[in-house]
Amino acid sequence: MNGSMSDTQEQLRAEVRAWLEANWNPDAELVAWRNRLADSGWGMPVWPSQWYGRDLPQALAPIVDEEFARIDAVGVAKTGIRLLAGWTLLEHGSDAQKETYLRRVLTGEDVWCQLFSEPGSGSDLAGATTRADFDGERWVVNGQKVWTTSAHHADHGLLLARTDWDVPKHQGLSYFVIDMRQPGVEVRPLRQMNGHASFNQVFFTDALVPSENLVSKVGNGWQVALTTLMYERRGAGGSRAMPRTSLPPGRIYVEEHDEIVTSLEPYKWYPQRAGRVDLVEARAGNLGDDADPEVCQEVARLLILARTAEWTARRARAAQEQGRPQGPEGSLGKLAGSDIARQASHVHTLLAGADAMLAGSDGPMDGLIAEILVSVPATSIAGGTDEIQRNIIAERVLGMPKEPRMDTGPFRDVKRN
Amino acid sequence: MQFAFTDEQEQLRFAVRRFLADKSPPTEVRRLMETESGYDAEVWRQLAGDLGLTAVHVPEACGGQGFSFAELAIIVEEMGRSLLCAPYFSSTVLAATAIMEIGSTAQKEELLPAIAAGERLATLAVAEAGGRWDADGIACRVLDGRLTGTKRFVIDGHIADLLIVVAREPTDALSFHAVSADSPGIVRRPLETLDPTRKLAQVDFDRVPAIRLDADIDAEAALSRVLDLAAVALANEMVGGAQWLLESAVEYAKLRTQFGRAVGSFQAIKHTCADLLLAVELAKSAAYYAADAAAENDPELPVLACIAKSAAADAYMRAARDCIQIHGGIGFTWDNDTHLWFKRAKSSEVLFGTPSLYRERMMSRIGGAISRGARGGTPRTKK
Repeated sequence: MNGSMSDTQEQLRAEVRAWLEANWNPDAELVAWRNRLADSGWGMPVWPSQWYGRDLPQALAPIVDEEFARIDAVGVAKTGIRLLAGWTLLEHGSDAQKETYLRRVLTGEDVWCQLFSEPGSGSDLAGATTRADFDGERWVVNGQKVWTTSAHHADHGLLLARTDWDVPKHQGLSYFVIDMRQPGVEVRPLRQMNGHASFNQVFFTDALVPSENLVSKVGNGWQVALTTLMYERRGAGGSRAMPRTSLPPGRIYVEEHDEIVTSLEPYKWYPQRAGRVDLVEARAGNLGDDADPEVCQEVARLLILARTAEWTARRARAAQEQGRPQGPEGSLGKLAGSDIARQASHVHTLLAGADAMLAGSDGPMDGLIAEILVSVPATSIAGGTDEIQRNIIAERVLGMPKEPRMDTGPFRDVKRN
Repeated sequence: MQFAFTDEQEQLRFAVRRFLADKSPPTEVRRLMETESGYDAEVWRQLAGDLGLTAVHVPEACGGQGFSFAELAIIVEEMGRSLLCAPYFSSTVLAATAIMEIGSTAQKEELLPAIAAGERLATLAVAEAGGRWDADGIACRVLDGRLTGTKRFVIDGHIADLLIVVAREPTDALSFHAVSADSPGIVRRPLETLDPTRKLAQVDFDRVPAIRLDADIDAEAALSRVLDLAAVALANEMVGGAQWLLESAVEYAKLRTQFGRAVGSFQAIKHTCADLLLAVELAKSAAYYAADAAAENDPELPVLACIAKSAAADAYMRAARDCIQIHGGIGFTWDNDTHLWFKRAKSSEVLFGTPSLYRERMMSRIGGAISRGARGGTPRTKK
């Protein structure tokens, strides 16, 4: 480690520690505390200093996180997609938009949702047909979005809508912040095959967007959406926030806990969606000597897949940490996850036998196995289907040629649903 | 565990790859696989003498370079990639490792230097007519220092100078023996092999003088460990070959045109290649992790060896099948190189045990067997 670098680190550590010692109070009110974080820049130190940050390089951010974690200090709101909204507006929004929204992104006072997918455009996100027409004063929105988490209690939506039908499809999109609490917006829950309703359908009927809520320029919506998607892939979305296992004393922890639990509610079946390999691992080691060779083989295949996928992810991380060029191993996690989930579902079925027909309190593990069996099909679809994933791997990692396209002309003439 | 190669290891890989690109192109593989000895003595001399590859993991006290199993694994991965025809796997990987694990200090000092120098070729003889690489498969007998029986599937057994042979004492206990190949009573016959790049022999022993390697160890446990190490090395060799096949398939798919476009632009081909890449990368992770575990004497090695061997074998065969399929008709011809790797993939798949056997072994080693009784069927008892 070179001397000046570690000096910088130690200086930063001392600075954040001193600020926390002077300011942190576990009995503070959550929003009030987060406003102090926004004012000081310590809540989102990698953001620019004029927008609630401290211009800190990403590489130094872990030091600030460590100091917060050391004394259990609560940070800015990270649940839901509000940070995706924050990052996107930071990169593409006007100063007025940043002024209006960014502080309340960090305090968690506003709930956000993402309005990209449509019934007619899933993998082909840029094929959106929800339309925004300018009536000389404001934008009028009509159409339908789907798979929208938290839409039922959202204040604002990140909307991708078509504003020009006579240019190629990627060029005819614009990006808006839409007020979700207005008569032209109707939110209906979408019930999934596993019985949960984690997502919504959103219907727009002459919903209104003031002209100052256009993000970036007309026709630049796809570029802005790519920014949102990039931060989503980097994990800036909040679905990984975990509630604390035990709450330290102080009212702020109670408020934070409520926020996280509410935001995680739609995701409570996600571990089942991934196949719950842990349940198989727990059984594999202590089932005695009576073996069904076929089941044994399938369990072994599952454990091998899960462990090799884990090692592959660690290879990718190690290469990244050493500053080596990213190898193919970094792009494969999602595809591996689908294989693991499918094989886990198969193994749970083999292990349960006839009991796999039962659910709820009659089902194995009080219905948990049944929930796995009917949740796993989502894994290979959500967040980019396996097929799209394979295209990306083949084209970007292996350098294989792209498929000829049928959608390069004016969007009006493109065949669609 | 380390999850990235060190700069020194990357340099080793680069040096070996460059050497093999020069000395073991497919034309040389084709020439050597038709010879009886199966290797080029001059290339072997350079590989051993100039590069010192035959000494890599042998301790310095025994004339070696004292590197770890991780470095050995990198070398065999590159040899698998280029399909090098040479007695490296038999002599350096199998025999030297067995002697390092089982020999007494004096025996190591006596036997290893010539093997590490590449001057004496050695091999390990375990399997017999039943084709099993485990204690139950051993019927060869040793009585009063003389060995009798028949070994099969002995890699490079027809050219080795020294044979390390696993046999049974009159008490039925296992023991390892060093046998000089020119001893009276030995008859060696090259077997006709599906994979001409890996030579196998049958060796008959009739009261052949044998020197027992260190008597003080649990020979059955030692056999298990040596075969685990062999499986880990083979897994690394296999992922090298699988990577070559993947690259060959992708390269061809970019060049070959049908219906007015590169066949690699069709999703059917792309998706096959993407899935293959995943399988190969997962297998690499298993092979590298197991090699590291071998280098660090990790107690989990017996399980990791099973994972590495089965994952690599499945990925290699898949790569071989897919590579032929993507080449289409030309992939089935003798002139196309794919079949050379296909045959190596096939011989590697079953060498030391099939992927199913390794999965079964893995489950029994993690203490797991799945109860049939738990789901209402009839419990089935394993051996």
